[in-house]
Amino acid sequence: MSVIEVIQLLDSALRLATPLLLACLAGLFSERAGIFDIGLEGKMLASAFLSAAVASYTGNVWMGLFAGIGASLVLAAIHGVASITFRGNQLISGVAINFLASGLTVVIGEAWFALGGRTPQLSGGARFQAITLPFADAVADVPILGPVYAQLLSGHSILVYVALLCVPLTWWVLFRTRFGLRLRAVGENPAAVDTAGVSVVGLRYAAVMICGVLTGIAGAYLSTALSAGFVKEMSAGRGFIALAALIFAKWRPWYALGATLLFGLLEALGNRFQSLDILGVTVPTQFMQALPYILTVVILAGFVGRAIPPRAGGEPYVKER
Amino acid sequence: MNDAMPRWADIVLIPIINLVLALLVSGIVVAMIGENPFEALVFLIKGAVGSAYGWGYTLFYTTNFIFTGLGVAVAFHARMFNIGGEGQAALGGLGVALVVLTVPWPHWLLALPAAIVGAMAFGALWAAIPAYLQARRGSHIVITTIMFNFIASALMVYLLANVLKVPGSASPESARFIEGARLPNANDLLPFLGFPRSTPLNVSFLVAILACVGVWVLIWRTRLGYEIRAFGHSEPAALYAGISPTKIVMVSMLISGGLCGLMAINAVMGEAERLVIDPVQGAGYVGIAVALMGRSHPVGVFMAALLFGVLYQGGIEVQYEIPGFTREMIVVIQALVILFTGALDNMVRAPVERVFLSRRRQPVAPEPTTPSQPGGHPEKGQAEP
Repeated sequence: MSVIEVIQLLDSALRLATPLLLACLAGLFSERAGIFDIGLEGKMLASAFLSAAVASYTGNVWMGLFAGIGASLVLAAIHGVASITFRGNQLISGVAINFLASGLTVVIGEAWFALGGRTPQLSGGARFQAITLPFADAVADVPILGPVYAQLLSGHSILVYVALLCVPLTWWVLFRTRFGLRLRAVGENPAAVDTAGVSVVGLRYAAVMICGVLTGIAGAYLSTALSAGFVKEMSAGRGFIALAALIFAKWRPWYALGATLLFGLLEALGNRFQSLDILGVTVPTQFMQALPYILTVVILAGFVGRAIPPRAGGEPYVKER
Repeated sequence: MNDAMPRWADIVLIPIINLVLALLVSGIVVAMIGENPFEALVFLIKGAVGSAYGWGYTLFYTTNFIFTGLGVAVAFHARMFNIGGEGQAALGGLGVALVVLTVPWPHWLLALPAAIVGAMAFGALWAAIPAYLQARRGSHIVITTIMFNFIASALMVYLLANVLKVPGSASPESARFIEGARLPNANDLLPFLGFPRSTPLNVSFLVAILACVGVWVLIWRTRLGYEIRAFGHSEPAALYAGISPTKIVMVSMLISGGLCGLMAINAVMGEAERLVIDPVQGAGYVGIAVALMGRSHPVGVFMAALLFGVLYQGGIEVQYEIPGFTREMIVVIQALVILFTGALDNMVRAPVERVFLSRRRQPVAPEPTTPSQPGGHPEKGQAEP
């Protein structure tokens, strides 16, 4: 493989890693606050649908983005009401949200557009366009670094850069602010936070809503930047890969970047090669697709670098037991 | 049992309220997309149970959902949440296909028991690894079973495209099963009931009913079932009583996976008569809704499976009758049932309990303030990490 091919592959990996990264950081906020969220997939799907629908109506992708975030927030609110206010099972709530999104997007899509669950093709201002970073053309001829800057880093839609900026931002919020400290505490020992006079319910709702915003951006990216329009079930398990990446990253922002880039690279490799020959062994593309899940199971099994979830994760908080 | 309200309220009234709420919201959705929900409901019921043709499909789907529902329910009793029914059923299909394709079966009466063993063994095998990791390594069963669904799907695509595919054929499916392994359908067995010749309802339905009885005996009439329930109610108590957590987690998940795998005798051997890509079609997930609604009891599971059978078959018929209606509406109803019976259970339960408490005239001791886990609802499925 030549340098250009490697750069193209990495470029595609970055593109594919972006929705995973956003969803993974979304899950990070929620789970750090003690709310398990297996409904990332559903929220992404709902947002992908509504942002594409609104973008095609208005011709303005930003309206689409806000609508998508809105759709994701509604589902996040349902998850919050079920798992925080009514202390229901968070996993079951997540399963319900995934199905709700999977069904509603097609039912409403068919009613609005009658295109078999798709939205019309988006073009022009209804899509996020590629941004050329400053001096990209000027340095393109510099060996190695030139193509890396001009082709790998430059030329993505703005949401890719937003996602990358979210990594240090998440780290800063979680580990350098009072809100972040409380949010992490509520996921480890909610009783202590409550004793300190801080609202456990409020913090958990805040975390769930941040999760909604980030999955909303992830979904909008899928339908208005990565592809041009919504297709039935277009999230295609990415919410679960993000969940896998979250465990792989041991609930840490910078590790999340690494994990999602790795999983993005696996997807890019799977898209590019039908089968890979590694040291004379043919690796089928299905193996590449399954690899994120296999890696996650291995990590979960604790044989390599054990992943320990936030201690109060999945448990509804009750003031007095 | 929670003593705030009588038992019938817990197992009949609350599921019915939940179902009504789910249908109400679904009706609103149907109205919002500009269709008449009552008209849709009439078409749905007529399509599902209005003809022998409809019944054939309704009970076929019911059979699938009984198997997966029982599978999820058995795991719920041990407070394990098995989301992996989808993958376990797919592997069950592989088991059935291997059994049927390797032996020239002379008669279905011989092929069926072997296929049952194959389906259960492969389904249980696919549940065994997550179960072991939960029991010995503390990995969260929900996450591992989700991961195993995706791994199963990739594995099945690979096997069908590369190994099991008929040479020269373009479609990724196995060879057609031989005549000797064909399960008789409702038309063969009961020709006088008017089922069409090609009805998918087959003898697996009887196996499903036997499985209901078997699960009832297992959970409420055997020592193992007692241990599973005890473990589900309180792990420390079970441990104190000398029950091995590893054993219970493993055994309950193996049974759960085996039951989910059994679905394949209906879908793969009974209907498709070959292994195709994704023979499960979401039935593994429907099993979650069925087990929640059926309160993890075989009778409840049977009723809930029948309800979802009606919804699935009826939903297909409605989309032929009403142009703008898509069958994904059924997925919405399913989601709402899971939401109301599973996640928002306390929303319905608390007011109903209050009504029953206020109706009770005698002075009652103050309620213990433990609303988070009303004792003894294994369907809450709080699988501890």
